[in-house]
Amino acid sequence: MEVAQAPSPSPTDNQPVDHALVTAYFVAFLGYLIVTLLAGLSYSLQFLQKYPFPGVELLSPGRVRMVHTMSVAYGMLASGLFGIVSYIVPKLTGFPVLSRKLAWWLYGIYNAAVLATVAMILGGHAQGLEWAETPKILDPFIALTVVGIVVNNITPIWRARAEPYYVSLWYILAALIWTPLVYVFGNFLPEYVFGGTAGAAISSMYIHDLVGLFVTPLGIASVYYLLPVAMRVPLYSHALSIIGFWGLAFFYPLNSAHHYLYSPIPMWAQYASIVASIGVHVVVYTVVFNIFATLASDWKQLVTNFPVRWIFMGTLAYLITCIQCAVQVTLAAQEIIHFTDWVVGHAHFVLFGTFTFWITAWVYWLLPRIWGTPIYSLSLGRWHFWLATLGICIMQIDLLAAGVMQGYLWKSLAPFIDSVRASMPFWWTRTFSGILILVGESCFILNIYLTWQASRERRAAAANLQPSGATS
Amino acid sequence: MKIIEKFSGVFLIAGLFLLLGAMLSLGIVPAMMVDRVHPQQGLPLEVPEDQRIHYASAKEYQAALLLGRDIYVAEGCWHCHSQYVRPVANENLQYGPVSTPGEYQTALHRPQLLGTRRVGPDLSREAGKKSDDWHYAHLYDPRFTVPDSVMPGYPWLFERNADGQILPGPKAKALVAYLQNLGRGMETDVGDLPPRE
Ligand code: HEC
Ligand code: HEM
Repeated sequence: MEVAQAPSPSPTDNQPVDHALVTAYFVAFLGYLIVTLLAGLSYSLQFLQKYPFPGVELLSPGRVRMVHTMSVAYGMLASGLFGIVSYIVPKLTGFPVLSRKLAWWLYGIYNAAVLATVAMILGGHAQGLEWAETPKILDPFIALTVVGIVVNNITPIWRARAEPYYVSLWYILAALIWTPLVYVFGNFLPEYVFGGTAGAAISSMYIHDLVGLFVTPLGIASVYYLLPVAMRVPLYSHALSIIGFWGLAFFYPLNSAHHYLYSPIPMWAQYASIVASIGVHVVVYTVVFNIFATLASDWKQLVTNFPVRWIFMGTLAYLITCIQCAVQVTLAAQEIIHFTDWVVGHAHFVLFGTFTFWITAWVYWLLPRIWGTPIYSLSLGRWHFWLATLGICIMQIDLLAAGVMQGYLWKSLAPFIDSVRASMPFWWTRTFSGILILVGESCFILNIYLTWQASRERRAAAANLQPSGATS
Repeated sequence: MKIIEKFSGVFLIAGLFLLLGAMLSLGIVPAMMVDRVHPQQGLPLEVPEDQRIHYASAKEYQAALLLGRDIYVAEGCWHCHSQYVRPVANENLQYGPVSTPGEYQTALHRPQLLGTRRVGPDLSREAGKKSDDWHYAHLYDPRFTVPDSVMPGYPWLFERNADGQILPGPKAKALVAYLQNLGRGMETDVGDLPPRE
């Protein structure tokens, strides 16, 4: 499998990559990260009866919640992952995207659409579909932009078809083909074609596939690329990674109805989704084993190699959420934990603890290379790492416990408000852990900003060193 | 491994079909099954007795239900309130009869508002549980009726008249009409509900 090795890191000879575009995507990622955190934190204050903007229609808590989740999915994660795709695809294939100009246009239109989504949700125009709250009139724009991004990035993959693909390309290729379909099915069918429980079945496919067929394959592609490159060791097993890939293709699409277990959706569809959800473990364990086995070739790098540390933590979180998944998908657990804070804990742990951590590894690895300067402050970076890790772990444990408590209180037929009262300490802890995360991520953004500043100074100094005779 | 690489194109197309197959088996087939047993319905054709003081004609009532639903969507009520009763965890005692697919075949469930989170109680059997006035007070500021509530207030659904009195505006009325329609006609089945605040 020599051919399928990830190439060695050489920041200078990457002609086909549009570095400015990758940087722009990462900057957008950081911007949406702040939006996400502020929205999440404000909304969490509503649970403490301390919402900072009571009675302001444009900042109605329900709307802010939708901004929070939309900013997570379409803002942060999509920007980070599109940035990574725009780097990996030209780099692994050796060909540039179809059109660099088009890529910039798509970047602009996509971000305009996301910002318009935020504005329109705050204005009260959300669409009533979970994870698809993008207002109806913006859906076609997002769908078309995604198709554009797909065409632009599939071209180099197609051109490189003579060579075997490295596993990252497989994941990216599949995600690129699935994403537009998933988006169109999920946003248009339940709105215009299928109502009632059938609509719920399709909508649950979207809830699931947005994470399962967009975020997950691109996230896995990104670590399979970055880990060997950043560590300078080969991937443990390419064959294993390919098996995991087919597991994903086979099981993920069938998972969907597990978001509505015990609902009036036909029960056989729910059973099918439970079986498929357990099948997903094939994917998870191949990925996790492969990553840990690669790490095992040089454990010391967890301490010495900063981006690798993020990949490790993200992978650990991935393993934990996926073990959780096997538990929570059983009907016995669903009886108690469905509808509770447990699910919220799970969602934060996987989307922040895993995927945001993986993207963060990329940002720390790539931006200093593009800018040609080391990261400004490693100790600031360590603060970021430990605050984010501590914050998300506290949040996770807290919300899981809250969920179990709420589930049993509801079952006990206590008045509903009892569960609200009993949840108060948990909600306080959640806000506290959110503050830890916010402080951590602020260190991140400050660090990246200072790195950029340093790189500018360095370049200015380098320009001054040029012999001045030529200009005067 | 060599073999996998050789047939990669085939695999990719298989992957695409797996997605379409999932769509068919978990989306379209259930849709057809449900539609067959319970044909899709529109909006209620009559104004219920208790709403006649607000709405003279069915048309006005239908418009109010749709407006109420729009507000319910726009304000994200559905992220804190589910709309289905499960057959487990004593939910039939807590909320009322277990939900059936037929209930959701109405225009008010296109797209559906089943929800996946309960910060507040399920609302699928809300009709008739509280009076309209309770809802108005609660929507203006939930702490008026439930001091420990963490639900947000929605004062912008209300208007002030010339004397400075706060009165429900068209939006508040429409939202309450919508709430009072959730699970209407199922109250009789509820039996002995344990006392709720
Ligand atoms: C932050 C989450 C949250 C949001 C958003 C929210 N609610 Fe609530 N809701 C609650 C909680 C918690 C309760 C239980 C305490 C209470 O009765 O106020 C509740 C209770 C209710 C009740 C009383 C149910 C009963 O029978 O006791 C109704 C009706 C209701 N909400 C309607 C709405 C509507 C309509 C909206 C949107 C305009 C909405 N809620 C938005 C959290 C929320
Ligand atoms: C400051 C830190 C954060 C706080 C305080 C916070 C708070 C919240 C709150 C209060 C909710 C609503 C939960 C509910 O309905 O009960 C929520 C939902 C959600 N948040 Fe966050 N959040 C934070 C950061 C993040 C980050 C960084 C991500 C992702 C990368 C994220 C992803 C999500 C997701 C996916 C949901 C939806 C959960 C569901 O519907 O099950 N959050 N968050």
